[in-house]
Amino acid sequence: MTHLEAELKSLKSEVIEMCNLVNSQLEKSKDALLRLDKDLAREVLVNEKRVNAFELKLDRDCENIIALYNPVAVDLRFVLACLKINSNLERIGDIAEGIAQFVLNIKIEPEKTLLEATRLIEMYDTAIDIMHVVSQAFDSENTQLARSVFKKDEVLDEINTNANQAVADFIKGNPERINQSLYLLSAIRKLERVGDQCKNISEEIIFYIEAKVLKHKSREQKQA
Amino acid sequence: MSHKLEAKKVNVFYDQTHVIKQVDIAIQNNTVAAFIGPSGCGKSTFLRLYNRMNDLIEGFRKEGEILIDGKDIYSKDLRVEDLRKKVGMVFQKPNPFPKSIYENVIYGLRIRGVSNKNLLDETVERCLKQSALWEEVKDNLKKSALALSGGQQQRLCIARAIATEPSVLLMDEPASALDPISTSKIEELIHELKKQFTIIIVTHNMQQAARVSDTTAFFYLGELVEYDATKKIFTNPSDVRTQDYITGRFG
Repeated sequence: MTHLEAELKSLKSEVIEMCNLVNSQLEKSKDALLRLDKDLAREVLVNEKRVNAFELKLDRDCENIIALYNPVAVDLRFVLACLKINSNLERIGDIAEGIAQFVLNIKIEPEKTLLEATRLIEMYDTAIDIMHVVSQAFDSENTQLARSVFKKDEVLDEINTNANQAVADFIKGNPERINQSLYLLSAIRKLERVGDQCKNISEEIIFYIEAKVLKHKSREQKQA
Repeated sequence: MSHKLEAKKVNVFYDQTHVIKQVDIAIQNNTVAAFIGPSGCGKSTFLRLYNRMNDLIEGFRKEGEILIDGKDIYSKDLRVEDLRKKVGMVFQKPNPFPKSIYENVIYGLRIRGVSNKNLLDETVERCLKQSALWEEVKDNLKKSALALSGGQQQRLCIARAIATEPSVLLMDEPASALDPISTSKIEELIHELKKQFTIIIVTHNMQQAARVSDTTAFFYLGELVEYDATKKIFTNPSDVRTQDYITGRFG
């Protein structure tokens, strides 16, 4: 194995580690929100510092590889993809942190009927599932798996679109719960963005393996 | 843009050894083409076809056509001396003659019988300016070329190669014996020279090929595996052998 190959292998392991860390943040933010577990929410806030530090380390590693090894072709695409994936993962980390912050701000557990109406749990599970899929696609260099994310993301989009009406209906019947409802709506918005970040990650995986640029393409073009 | 250089179904043999296999390649005017490939892949042999430098090698035999400006340079009615006026060459190690800087530059003109002092002076100044050496040597033109640094000697060799006003420049690893600053000067020079010449550079330095050339040809075991825009070769080559070679995974 050449030095460059060893560096790329190590970079890949680190990106997967970052992926796992961010996904664990997302899962913890879910549990913290549904159980109103403020200790767990604080843990997410503390761990966010690790995510940020990891992001900086990965950026530095990519910079070093480019400066020291002058990667080309698939190797260069891989490093460029890792840089962008890293940035997307960090943003997902921010989303988990943002939701954990809500948990610290709200006083009572989210209303069950509101959770059902907004499909928040389904949304959370889908987002976490998508995170697993991109991690697996990256690890196994499976572009078919990466492409499956585009379809899964539509579920998040659909839940997000319908959430406005569900929250509005709930507020009409429960005006005293307006604050909590707005917090949940905000969490839904954030989870929708998790899907967008994962889509970006999938595009980067496809870019580095197939050398195809899928940004700003329609879903049909992305599936091709 | 027209094709300055063309090779059609070229095969080269050294006795029974088949060293270039059925190569077709067309190089456009005023561009830089880089030839890359592992040692022994045939890239230097192929380069030397363009000025018939292989002709004297025992057992050399060529099939196919090499055209410059549409004319077969191996046709019987073309004199090798005339060909070499059109095709300059720069080698791996600087090889100035043990003469003054001035005499080195005009060496080609002298052997062609040019003796007009004004013309010779003009040529020296023009070529040394073109090879980015003028400012460093203009006050010492009578100094021995051997007293120059390696990088300066190589630029002098480029000045000497362009003094006969060729239209094609062949460069066989022109910077491999030079330090990074001299290498950078040669690369800048190549960039300038392509406005006037069509250049082929053989290099083992992948980054150099990426920096200086418009197109890149990857040779392997005498075959031209891939020839494409340099950007394409170094970002997304079509052939897995090219990718393995440029990423250092070869073999």
